[in-house]
Amino acid sequence: MTCRVEFRVDLHIHTCLSPCADLMMTPCRIVEKAASLGINIIAICDHNSIENVEVTKGLAEEKGINVISGIEVTSSEEVHIIGLFRDMKDAIKIQDIVYENLQPGENDEKAFGMQVVVNERDEVLDFNKRLLIGSTRLSVNKIVEIIHSLCGLAIAAHIDRGGFGIIGQLGFIPPDIKFDALEISHRITVEEAKIRFGEYSHIPWIKASDAHNLNDIGRSSTDFFMNHSTFDELCLALKGEEGRMVIL
Amino acid sequence: MKLQKIIEGLALEVKTKTHDLTKEVTGGYASDLLSDVIANTKEGNVWVTIQTHINIVAVAALKELSGIILANGKVPDEDTLKKADDEGMPIMITTLPAFEVVGRLYTLGLRC
Repeated sequence: MTCRVEFRVDLHIHTCLSPCADLMMTPCRIVEKAASLGINIIAICDHNSIENVEVTKGLAEEKGINVISGIEVTSSEEVHIIGLFRDMKDAIKIQDIVYENLQPGENDEKAFGMQVVVNERDEVLDFNKRLLIGSTRLSVNKIVEIIHSLCGLAIAAHIDRGGFGIIGQLGFIPPDIKFDALEISHRITVEEAKIRFGEYSHIPWIKASDAHNLNDIGRSSTDFFMNHSTFDELCLALKGEEGRMVIL
Repeated sequence: MKLQKIIEGLALEVKTKTHDLTKEVTGGYASDLLSDVIANTKEGNVWVTIQTHINIVAVAALKELSGIILANGKVPDEDTLKKADDEGMPIMITTLPAFEVVGRLYTLGLRC
């Protein structure tokens, strides 16, 4: 019997690539902040892009933090879906699909904010010109199908939010969509969530910060009891395999 | 007012095959947030939206709405249309934007 270890996990963090995120959300600062809070695993989930994931992975490795490759995709119904992937090659695949299907248009920095791609020294490499704030023409069902085809985890983001949450946009979670987890935001307590979303208790729940500012990081996180700090262990813990578990 | 009169008045294209167009329309509601539609529509309302996800049919059936008008050239997803036929929920489409649809419904005499 392997000894289960408790990992503090925040699976929803934006970087300065997301137009709505603070420009201070650079990979260096995110990693430092997470380390100072004792967070063991984070996922970088920018809106419709993964371009700051790899640099964060490299930086976090030195601090002993595991960074999961993630993306927050906006569906055609304006529902936010988080996709988490085992490695970068799968994340790049979904990014290609998302870019192909993203609403056309160029980001207006004045209206939406800058979309900064940076290197490991927080130096600007590029300004992403795509309309990352926009939605894709992919339905929720299709996005979950794509994530699963890449062996990723599909998580319905902030289900308690009126706008961009699946229940707000679609009234209820379509029973045929097999989410791997539902994310409860920092806006409500677990007790409140149990009352409001009790009918979805058959799906695992996580709490995550959806950090857009440095101070948001870790404001909401989940404890995973599992063997190692790996993507596969996260998957097993969500399923509650062999004593692994997720504690909100 | 019967749904048929609205279809003729706005020259809507009816996409469903199995439905009752003689339903009495009690009023109208326009929204793309389905949680809002659940909270605020009344039985017999006709619903104007650009949302095409299959859940629109379940929500309309749950609230016993008289029909769904998809505005601005939106067409129902295939599974949405199938479910609408199964549920007998009329789906109409138009290239008019939602603002224009609502304006014309109001002119026809329909109220909230």
